[in-house]
Formats: sequence, C-alpha cells, structure tokens
Amino acid sequence: MRNVLKHLSSKNRRSAWLTFVVFAIVLLALPFFTDALFGRGWVRIVDFALLYIMLALGLNIVVGYAGLLDLGYIAFFAVGAYCYALLGSPQLGLHLPFWIVLPLGALLACIFGVLLGAPTLRLRGDYLAIVTLGFGEIIRIFLNNLNAPINITNGPQGISMIDPIRVGEFSLGNTHELFGLTFPSVHLHYYLFLFFTLLVIFISLRLEDSRIGRAWMAIREDEVAAKAMGINTRNIKLLAFAMGATFGGLAGGLFAGFQGFVSPESFSLTESITVLCMVVLGGMGNINGVLLGGILLVVLPEALRHGSGPAQQLLFGKTFIDPESLRMLLFGLALITVMLWRPAGLWPSNQRRRELVTKNDSAHL
Amino acid sequence: MDTLLQQIVNGFVQGSVYAMVALGYTMVYGILGLINFAHGEVVMVGAMVALSVIQLLIDSGLPPLLILLISLIISIVVCMALGYGIERIAYRPLRNAPRLAPLITAIGVSIVLQNLAMMFWGREYHAFPSLLPNNSHMLSGAIITEVQILIVFVALGMMGGLLLLMHRTRLGRAMRAVAENPSAAVLMGVNINGVIAITFMLGSALAAVAGIMVSANYGIVHYYMGSILGLKAFTAAVLGGIGNMRGAMVGGLLLGLIESLGAGYIGDLSGGFLGSHYQDVFAFFVLISVLIFRPSGLLGERVAERA
Repeated sequence: MRNVLKHLSSKNRRSAWLTFVVFAIVLLALPFFTDALFGRGWVRIVDFALLYIMLALGLNIVVGYAGLLDLGYIAFFAVGAYCYALLGSPQLGLHLPFWIVLPLGALLACIFGVLLGAPTLRLRGDYLAIVTLGFGEIIRIFLNNLNAPINITNGPQGISMIDPIRVGEFSLGNTHELFGLTFPSVHLHYYLFLFFTLLVIFISLRLEDSRIGRAWMAIREDEVAAKAMGINTRNIKLLAFAMGATFGGLAGGLFAGFQGFVSPESFSLTESITVLCMVVLGGMGNINGVLLGGILLVVLPEALRHGSGPAQQLLFGKTFIDPESLRMLLFGLALITVMLWRPAGLWPSNQRRRELVTKNDSAHL
Repeated sequence: MDTLLQQIVNGFVQGSVYAMVALGYTMVYGILGLINFAHGEVVMVGAMVALSVIQLLIDSGLPPLLILLISLIISIVVCMALGYGIERIAYRPLRNAPRLAPLITAIGVSIVLQNLAMMFWGREYHAFPSLLPNNSHMLSGAIITEVQILIVFVALGMMGGLLLLMHRTRLGRAMRAVAENPSAAVLMGVNINGVIAITFMLGSALAAVAGIMVSANYGIVHYYMGSILGLKAFTAAVLGGIGNMRGAMVGGLLLGLIESLGAGYIGDLSGGFLGSHYQDVFAFFVLISVLIFRPSGLLGERVAERA
C-alpha cells in the first residue's frame, strides 16, 4: 500500500498506476477466486483475516508506535461486539440500525481505552502488561457473569440471532444478484471489511507520518526525552490507547454483525496474545509487516488444520497425531523459529532495522 | 466452623503455591528483564511427570512416602532440564533482540509444551493419587489437612533456603551481580551464561515442587492447569514488585489471601450483587489499585525499563 503511494509520486507514474489497478482488481476479485479454488469456507477465513488485520493495526498503534505493551487488547473488540450484539438483537429487544450501533461501539471502546489508559499512565513496561491483561480478564469475567441477578449479557451462552448488517432492505446476511453476478453473504462482508480495512490502513499511514505519530515514536524510544522535548506524554499516550481501542471496537461490531453470535469465549487472553503475535511477528510499527503477520497467523493455522490430517495420511498411511493438537504444535514451533530467524519481525520498519544495527553496541549483555 | 479463619487458611496454602511459582518468574525477570511466559507450563509438566511416575510405582509395594520422594526428584530433574532447554533454545539467541521478540518465543514455547502434554497425557482430567494420609485437623474452628500443612512448610522451607542461597553463597552473589549489572558482572569474572542457566533451572525446580503441591492439594491434574496458575503467579510477582524475590513471596501469599477472602466475602461487600465467580476480578482490581499507588509493586524499589 505504502509502496503504491510512494510510486505514485515518483517519475514512473504509468507503471505505478498499472500496479495499483492490478492490485485493486486482485482485491476485488479475491472472494470469487478463493470461492472457485478453495471453496466457500475459505472466503469466510479471508473475512476473518480482514477482521484480524483491523485488530492488529489497532494494536500496532498502541504497541508498535507508542511502545505500550497491551496484553488485554481483545477487551476492546469485546466491547464493540457486545455493544452491537446488545443493541441489535432480541436480547434486549432493541434493533437499532448498524450505522448507529457500529460508531457507538467504536466510541464505547474508545471510552474504555481512556478508562484503561488513565490509571496506567505512570506504569512502565511489564507492569503495564499485567494491568492490561487484568483489564482484559475483568471485561471477560463480567461478560461471562452478567446474566444474574439481571440478565444483560446472557452469560456463557452468549447472544445469538444478532441482526445482520443491513442498509434499508439490502441485508448483508442474504445472497444478492448484482450486475449479473451472485454475491453470497460472505462475499458481501468481504467487500465491507475490505473497505474498513483500507480505511484503517489509510488512517494508520497518515498517523504514522503525522506530528502525533512522531510523538508516539518519541515516547516509545525514550519517554523522558520526549517529555523534555515538550510532548505532552499524558495526552499522547491516552490518545494511543483511545485510537487503538476505537479500531478494536469497530472490528468488534463488524464481527458481531458478521457472525450473528457472540460469547465471552471469543474474547479470551489467547485472542489478545494472537493479535499481539501478529503485530510482533510481522514487524512492529510497520504497516506492511502487520498486514503480513495478520494474514499469516490467520491463514497458517487454517491451512494446518486442513492440511495436517491428509498430510499424515499421505506420508504414513494413517493419522498418528490428532490434527487439532498437531496444528497448534506446529503453530507454536512456527512462532519460535520465525522469531529466532528474524528477531525484529518478518518485515521490520526501516527505523527498527537501523536501531538493530546500532543497538548491538549498547546492548546490555 | 469459622469462615474467616478457614478462608485465611485456604488463602495461605494457595498463596504459598503462588509464591513458589512467582519466584521463578521474578528470578528470570530480575536477571534478563523478560517475562518467562512458558513458566506456567513448566509447573504443569512437573505435575504431569510426577503423576506418571506415581502411576508407575503405585503398585510396586514401596512405601507411599518413598514413591512421593522419587516422583518429586524425577519431576524436579525433568523440569530443570526443560528450563535449561527453554533458555538455551528460545531465549539465549534473542538476548540482544528487541524486547518483545523473546516474549513471542515464550508464547510459542508455552503453546508447544501445552500441546505436547495434551498428546502425551490426553485432554482429560487425571486424578492425582493421594499418597499422604488425608487426615485433617481443627485449628480453632478451621479445617486444615496434613497435605496443606506440608505444603506450607515445604514452601516456607524452600523460600528460606533460596534466600540463604542468594545472600550467603558465591552463586547467589553472582546471580545478584548479574541482575544488578550484567556487563560489570562479566568484567568481574562471572560466567553470565552459566548463572542464567542456573537461574532458569532453580526456577524450574521450584515450579516442579509447586506443580506437585497444587496437584496434591486439589487431587486433579490437567494439561491446561499451567496457564491459569502461571498467570496468577505472574500477577503475584508483579504485585510484590517484579524482579524482587522477597516481593514475589509477599505478593504470592497476599494474592492467595486476597483471592480466598474475596471469594468468601465479595457477595457481602457488594450487597449480594457480585458472586464468588468474581474472585479474579477482585484480585485484579486489588492489583491495579496497588499499582496505581505504588507503580513498581509493593517491594519493588528500582524501575527496570529496558527499551
């Protein structure tokens, strides 16, 4: 994406436009290709990949730009999802349209972000990590238990029959015939998610090059020095939490509308850690890297899920190890090997790469 | 039966287990500035290995105490080897890497260990055989079992021993020196890699003992038991001030007490609105409030910030 933008301003405009157009066509045709080649289940996986990319980009602001280690990020996703679920399902009998519920969920997540950020401003490094982790757990436990004495969240059973995302009579939950093509529900969601993902990418790119983005990176590198340079570290850190949380809440709302069902199970610590892995594995602070990490960590486990059973059949003639645990085992091994092979992530930002070179001199060991 | 006293007894027993595991976190953090996320899984492996050894030996006619001792020794040895292996493979190559890289390998190691354990021992809950006589005593209104008494004494003994090791021996001095300033320690002739490896092995040995304690106390072993216990112990280490060994002990005992008192009284405190499933909320809430007023934990004096 960024390369595309850079190319556009360079001399070679024509070929740049060509790349851009090819890129756009590939993105637009992706669900149809995936559907034809791998089946509809994979279009769904691509949809989830887009949701996770939004989450990873949101967390990238907090962890990658501002350097604040957040282990409870999924809580904001939960807030967005439950906001949509409560206001657009038979649970409370409210059926508000999505263009009210979605921004409301993002706003609510933003408020939660500030609520989490405010008391933790003084904490550094790993103390912040444990507090955010605790915050994530607190949200999940409340969602899990707020079915008594008043039933709000329906407890561990979760909320089902959530309204699909709908504009007037056009519901994304149904199959539609448009321009002579058949668009199933997953395809329609793909385009919606693609739009929001591109929006989040655009905002991230603009933030990265802005005064705020530079302030975040200054805080990441040295908070005291940043303060001395006149950066209002309190507000800027709060802003990082708020921005990250807003993206999380947005993705959560989309998730609820897409899935039609939410339960506290989807918002466990493991999910927070998965999103963090996407950011770090891909390359913290670099949007390309985060995109790569997000796609890899959604597609890889799914590919392993579908591949590990048949592969064993092919190699040994029978299934030795339960494919589900083999999948997670390989996933864990992949995390270790990738980090050992590329400690700064698969696609680190230029700045990080420079730091790694100079840091070896001043390393503490 | 006195509820308050009973909750305090339970909290103290649980807290001593937390403290033992928290020590493993805090020792590694003090030296490397790294959250060893795989530590909880080491506890689980300790418990699982002990379970297998006991199952092998239980029909052999050996006295129960001897079986327990053998299983304890084997599980300590296995865990020490595991701790060494984890450090060697997942952490040592990344010592100069960005701060979050070893965090991800730690998560990877913990996923791998969990799934390996699931393959070996299955998904089901195993009953941990009770080898010790399950007698209980009344302690002015509260019930305490002999296993629980043993847990508390072993934990206190090991913690005392660890403090002696840290402050009275050459090795302990070397460990403290590395924690204080690694490059200066190297210049003074300390074998840094050796000290770090020993730290991991000590922490893992404590984890093995803690794993057996917690299984003997609850009578249940499960491949997933490590993550939640590890999480609690890590919380305890942070509560006491991570990197500080006395802090981990205090934090562990305190967290155990807070949890058990929270579970017992949260209903009364909130006028019946919140039930005992909110005990974790209560524990995290206390943690957050402590950190707001003391940002580096109860006993943590230095703020270690390594970018």
